[in-house]
This record gives sequence, C-alpha cells and structure tokens, in this order.
Amino acid sequence: MNMIFNYIREIFRAISSLWAGMRITGKYFVSPGQIVTQKYPENRATLKMQERFKGEIIMPHDENNQHRCTGCGICEMNCPNGSIEILTNRVPNADGKTERIIDKHIYHLSMCTFCGLCVKTCPSDALAFGQEFEHAVFDRKKLTKVLNQPGSSLKKEAKQ
Amino acid sequence: MSEEIIKNIIVRENEDYIINMGPQHPSTHGVLRLEVCLQGETVKYIIPHIGYIHRGIEKMCEAITYQQIIHLTDRMDYLSAHMNNEAVCLCVENALQVEVPERVKYIRTILDELNRLASHQLWWSAFGMDLGALTTFFYGLRDREMILDIFEESFGSRLLHSFNAPGGLMHDVHPNFQKGIKDFITYFRKKLPEYDQLLTGNVIFQQRAKGIGIMSREKAIAYGVTGPSGRGSGFSCDLRKYAPYSAYDKVQFNEILYTEGDTLARYKVRMDEMWESMNIIEQLVDNIPEGDYTAKMKPIIKLPAGEYFQRVETARGELAVYIVSDGNKTPYRMKFRSPNFSNLFVMNELAAGGKIADLIAISGSLDLVIPDIDR
Amino acid sequence: MSSTSTIYDFSTLTGSIDAALHNWMSPGLVLTAELVLVGLIFLTFYALLGLFLVYLERKVCAVMQNRYGPNRVGPLGLLQTIADLIKLLMKELIPIRKADQFLFNLAPFIVIIASFMAIAATPFAKGLQAVDLNIGVFYVMAVSSLGVVGILLAGWSSNSKYSLIGAMRSGAQIVSYELSVGLSLLAIVVFSGTMQLSGIVESQADGWWIFKGHIPAFISFVIFLVASTAEINRGPFDLAEAESELTAGFHTEYSGIKFAFFFLAEYINMFIVAAIGATVFLGGWMPFHIGNWEAFNHVMDFIPSMVWFFLKTFFVVYLIMWFKWTFPRLRIDQLLTLEWKYLMPISLINIVVIAFIVLMGWHF
Ligand code: SF4
Ligand code: SF4
Repeated sequence: MNMIFNYIREIFRAISSLWAGMRITGKYFVSPGQIVTQKYPENRATLKMQERFKGEIIMPHDENNQHRCTGCGICEMNCPNGSIEILTNRVPNADGKTERIIDKHIYHLSMCTFCGLCVKTCPSDALAFGQEFEHAVFDRKKLTKVLNQPGSSLKKEAKQ
Repeated sequence: MSEEIIKNIIVRENEDYIINMGPQHPSTHGVLRLEVCLQGETVKYIIPHIGYIHRGIEKMCEAITYQQIIHLTDRMDYLSAHMNNEAVCLCVENALQVEVPERVKYIRTILDELNRLASHQLWWSAFGMDLGALTTFFYGLRDREMILDIFEESFGSRLLHSFNAPGGLMHDVHPNFQKGIKDFITYFRKKLPEYDQLLTGNVIFQQRAKGIGIMSREKAIAYGVTGPSGRGSGFSCDLRKYAPYSAYDKVQFNEILYTEGDTLARYKVRMDEMWESMNIIEQLVDNIPEGDYTAKMKPIIKLPAGEYFQRVETARGELAVYIVSDGNKTPYRMKFRSPNFSNLFVMNELAAGGKIADLIAISGSLDLVIPDIDR
Repeated sequence: MSSTSTIYDFSTLTGSIDAALHNWMSPGLVLTAELVLVGLIFLTFYALLGLFLVYLERKVCAVMQNRYGPNRVGPLGLLQTIADLIKLLMKELIPIRKADQFLFNLAPFIVIIASFMAIAATPFAKGLQAVDLNIGVFYVMAVSSLGVVGILLAGWSSNSKYSLIGAMRSGAQIVSYELSVGLSLLAIVVFSGTMQLSGIVESQADGWWIFKGHIPAFISFVIFLVASTAEINRGPFDLAEAESELTAGFHTEYSGIKFAFFFLAEYINMFIVAAIGATVFLGGWMPFHIGNWEAFNHVMDFIPSMVWFFLKTFFVVYLIMWFKWTFPRLRIDQLLTLEWKYLMPISLINIVVIAFIVLMGWHF
C-alpha cells in the first residue's frame, strides 16, 4: 500500500514541478511587453553606443583640420599586434631645422584587438576610440585606414 | 590514485563503434573533439582530442611586454576575461612589489564577481540547452546582457575587456558604475528564482542530473579538478578563501561545497555561487574607496630576474600564472595552468559506462571553455 | 439536441458538387475527378498548413523566450517560412556515396505519405471529411505510426553513425508509445461506443468527453498528450534528433527538399495528433455548450464548426509547443521507464475504471 502511495505521490510531485516550469514560460508568453530584442536596423537613428565604446581607433581633428599627432611612434611600439604603422616625413620648419611630422598614420582595423594601449599611451592624446561599429566591407583592404586626414596638420598648442 | 589512472589507460579495439563528437558538434561548445566509443547507447570510453584552437599564447607572450600580455589572456578563457587579466597583473605587481591602491582592489573584486556571474549565467543557459531545454538559453543571455552593459559602459567592450593593467586599471570606472550594479542585483535577485523553477526543480532535469557522472573527492584531487566542478565533489579549493587576493579578505562569504559529486551537485554549486557573488558585490559596491585607479608604474616594466607565481580563482577553477623573467621587458617563459585542461580529462572517468545523453550532461556540468584548454 | 441542427453541414455543399459532376460525366469519371480534386485540395492544405505551423512555432517559442521571432519577411514575418522553403528547394541535394541510394531516397516519401494518409480521416467540420471510415480511430493510429518505417529507413540507409542511433531510438520510442496512445484513445471509444470519428464527434453534442468522462477522461487526455508528443518525436521526447547529442539524428545526412520533407512531416504530424486529440477529447467541431443555457449555446452555434475545430486543434498544438519549449529532453532509458512504468499501467487501470463507469452508466 505504501508503495502505491509513494508511486502516486511521485507522479504528483513530478507534475507539479513540470507545471512550475510551464508557468514561467507561460508567464512570458502572455506578457510580450518583456521582449528584450532590439530591432536593430530600424532603431539606427536612436541607437546610441556608450560613450566609451571601443568601435575603432580614430584621430580626432578639429575644425581647422588639425590633429595632435606628432608622429612619435609610441602607439606603433605599444600595439601588441602591429595594427598601427607610422610613416613620418622630415620637413624643414620655420627656424630652418628639420622636423619630423606625421605623413600617414596607418591603422589596420582588421588586426586590432581593441586593447586600448595605443590610446592610453599616446603622449599627446591624439587618438581616441570611435563609436562606429558597422565595419562590414566587401574588401579587406578597406579595413586599412589612414587616420590623419589629407591636408591636416599638427595642432600647435601653447605649452602650459 | 595515480596507479589507478594508469590502469585506466584506454586501449582501442577494432570492432569499437566510434563516433566523433566534434570538432563541430552542437554540444561541445567549441572546437573540442571527443572520440566516443559506444556500445549501443552506452559509452564505453572517451578520448578527448584537443588542439583545434591552439594559438600558442604562451609562446606569443615571450615576445611582448607585460602590458601587452594582458590582451592575450582575455582570449584564453574568454568568459572569465577579467580574472585572467587580474592573474597576470597580480603576478607582475607582486614581482615588482607594487602596492596597488585600495580602490583598484575593490573594483577588481567587484568585476571578478560580476564576471563570474556572467560566466555562470552563460553556463546555465548552455547547460539547459545541452539537456534540451532550449528556453534557458535565452533567459540566461537576457540577464547576462545587463552585466555586459555595465562592462560596456565602463570599459567599452563587452566580452574581452582588457581592463586591467599592471599596477591597476586602464582607466577609472564610469560614474554610473555603482548604480548600474545595484540595479542589476535588484533585478537579478528576482530572476534567479525563476531559473530554479524552470530547470532545477524540474523532474526531468533532476532525473537527468542526479547521480550522473559521480566524481569522488579523491578523483577530483587526482585529476586536479578545481573550481565549481571540484567543489561539487567536496574538494574545498576556493582560492578566494584560501589565498585571498584583491579585496577578498575584506568580505564575508561562504565557500559553496557539495559532497555528492554528481552533475546535480556541480550544478548546484554554480547556482549557489551566483547568490554568493551577489552577496560579495553588495558588500563592496557601496564602500569603494576614493583614490587613484592605478599605482605609479614605469612606462616600461622590467621584472627582476627570477620566477613568479600567482593563482586566482576564475569562474571555472584555479588559473595559475608562472613567469620566468631574465630581467628583460618581456618574459623569458610564461606558463598558464588553465583550469579547463584538468577538468576536461576527468571526463572519461565520469562518462564511461553512462549513456550518450549523460555524456552531454557531464560535459555541460564541467563547464568547459575550449580556447582555455588549448591556449 | 435541437441546436446542433443550426450548424452548417458541409455535406450539402459536397453533395451538390457531387450531383453537379454526375450530371456532367459518367460515374467512373466522376470518381476520378473527385479523387483528383480532393487530392489537390489536401496537397495545398498540407503545404500551407506546414508552412504556417513552422511559422507559428517560431513565433510561439520566440515570445516565450522574450524575442520577436521572425519579423523581417512580409508583415509580421508571415512570409518567412515561404522564403525558407524557397531556400530549401534551391539547395543542393548532397548525394551520399556510401548510402543505400534507393532507401535513402525513399525514406522521406514514406514519412510524408504516412502523415498525408492520416490527415485524410480528420473531420474538419460538420460533414467535411475525406473518408469517414467506421474504424477511423484505428485507421489514424495505424497510419500515423507508419512514419516510423521511414525514419528507420532514413537512419539505416544514410550510413551514418549518428543517424543510425537516432533511428534506433525512434524505433524503440514509437513502438512503446503507440500503446499508450492507443489505450488512451480506447478510453473514449469505450465511452462513445464507436470507432468512427464522426460518430465520436456526434456523441459529444451534449458535452465534450473531457468534461463528460469525469477524471478518467481527463487522465487519458493527459496520457494522450504525453504519448502522442513522444510519438511524433517532439521535445521533450525528441530523442531521435536530439540536436545536442546526435547533431540532427536520423536526418543528419539529408539536405534540401528531402530534409524539408522530414521537417514538414514532423509539423503535420503535430497537427494530426492535435486534431485527433481535439476530435476525440474536446468535441472536434462541436461548439462549446453549457448545460441548459439555451441563449449561450445558440450564440456558440453561430461560430462555424470549422472555426471550432481549428481553435481546439491549435490549442492542443500550442500545448505541445509549450511542452517543447519548457522541458529538458529525457534520456532514452527514462523515456522507456516513463512509458512502461507510468503511462502504461495508469492507462490500463484507467480503461478498467472507464469500463466500469460506462457499465454503471455514471457518465453524463
Ligand atoms: S598617435 Fe600619439 S603615439 Fe601615435 S604617433 Fe601620434 S602622437 Fe605618437
Ligand atoms: S587598440 Fe590595441 S590592438 Fe588596436 S591599434 Fe591600439 S594598441 Fe593596437
């Protein structure tokens, strides 16, 4: 008798545990307001990435098309995977001495691991993280970018 | 015990019915290949084959500086990225005898626990899916998303954050950090009981997990199974208790121990650890001291010649970092003792003699992350 | 009951079509024409139903999982499954060199034909039924379990280890669960005293069996649900395809349209068992009536019988989906334990109880 009693109790316990699970899924089924999916391409206009989001490395330019990169090459040295190449030129400056200026700051997005070392170590704060994240392209070459815009120059700041 | 392991060396026979699970298989969670020998539905033995995602991280570390190593450690056990970072950082800091600011210690501990929570959530989702309850996957990921948002706000990345640097952190946390965490904990305290109702109590789940893949404490020690998997066998191995680092000596928490050693015990350890992690975070999050986010460090770190060792408790067990330095700015040799490697090889012991479905449950309950095995 | 007479009888429509055809051609031709006509209607219905069920399942599970589900192709994503079908049609049929070609190609057809045959006996509305066999319940059960032959063949002929395990599991599963399905349906056959599906529906004019038959009828409904979920290889009993264990089970090696056949058959089978369940336990196309509330009953009668049938069927379909998206999968030995240790004995006892009830005339 005891065995039959246990048998029946087992069945009821099993059914109630199954019902507990079904209540959870059922609860979500009747409350579609809890859907968490974002409708991505539609919400593009309102979608705002976090300000610190590491989308890509950019070199901010001001309204005079000036950046702050001196071409020192520290970022190139600190990059763990060779994503940055610095090409410099030597040009004579006003005093007649030759001076090193940046020619091309080449950035390989395809190799970058977003470790943030270049941004952190740049002595003149010339680099920053951009919020752009739609990086898909049809040609791998397009992922190699020149960060300093053509015709840009070094912003000379008054030394504090 | 070791003789017993030798006794258990597998001999293949010609008529064995062998199927290859993986490298592309839905439930090996990565490129792990299990050579499974079957007798009908029963598993006779398993031979794990690893190396499909070997990237030579240890060797790569020998060519780069200590700051740069951090970003490689992210890519070992990508679900405990922060703890891996921390292991290297602690090792370097100890070698240089740098005292990191209190603020850094607190933040690191909080991030550790958040990362552990996120990792356990993902494990829960995937474990449910291994057992065929597909809905768990979405609930787990839904809640994990909240943690990832906190990460993204502070570090800019969600999975591989490279947020630690030798001496402290890369930069300070976001002003919203504390509020975000508190919101999350209030939210998750409500959601975690749902996990239990959906899966833990379920009679089918109980049947699938109870008494399956029993690992004795001795076996756990013999194979070096650490972390929640080891603690499910009663092997008390929580480094946060035994060798506290960062701010773990300032918080009260329990080491979760279950002695059954079966799949259900390993499952319960992780479920309870989620509660415990939330307790730890709650104790710390209001008391983060003000201060610098990093200690003063030289731009080029050179460890004095010698050998350095540090272990931390990741979400999967004990991660140890061993650095041999010859005084240069790059390590002479770097070795990681990854928890998953040891946890994987106990699988044959656990699953042999069970059914195929048990094998899946066991490998799910060991919570393997394959890139950490291969490195 | 008088109110049933107000329900539109489809046999007047089919009868008039039949009469019209008879005016046109010879009886032999009429028969052929009608067969072709019915066949075409069923084919279209079958394909549309399959597509809709796939869509429905994806939507239901999505909402349960806090997602939107398909929402890109067409309004509310309604055309998503059609797009998927076109994709499947255009996919390459990968030939397996070491497979048993004949059986390999035959298997999907067996599976789909079995489900096709079962749908023929379903009473969709009053008087709308392709064949009203006097052993309807028996026929449906027999035919729907033919599908397992296809599954076994598929697993065997693919010459793949995963497929073979899946097929063998499926064989063991269907053979055992067939019993419980049969016994639970038998309960209602005992109640209603007929095996004819239309007769069973008629017998529920004054109340559905699940209400009329006291607790035993409810128990057999639950058993029917569980066992038939197992019989159609759906979660939590989807051991034959158990994607986390066997990648895709018996249809691992199939691609393109042959895979689509298996896929479609699975969903149609779900519809069939839901339809049988609705017909036998929930009154089929009978409207919902409450005792003597004449006004209420009258309003219910105005809802067409077809709508009632589909409402009930989709309710059962929803239940089956709800199971699948909540529960973990069983292990093969637990599956058999459930059948032989729980469902079987309970349904046997249940039948005895029901026979007793019927004997004493205790049911309403
Ligand atoms: S970006 Fe900064 S670190 Fe890199 S070259 Fe320019 S100034 Fe130097
Ligand atoms: S973020 Fe890291 S990997 Fe990327 S360019 Fe900068 S230093 Fe290199």
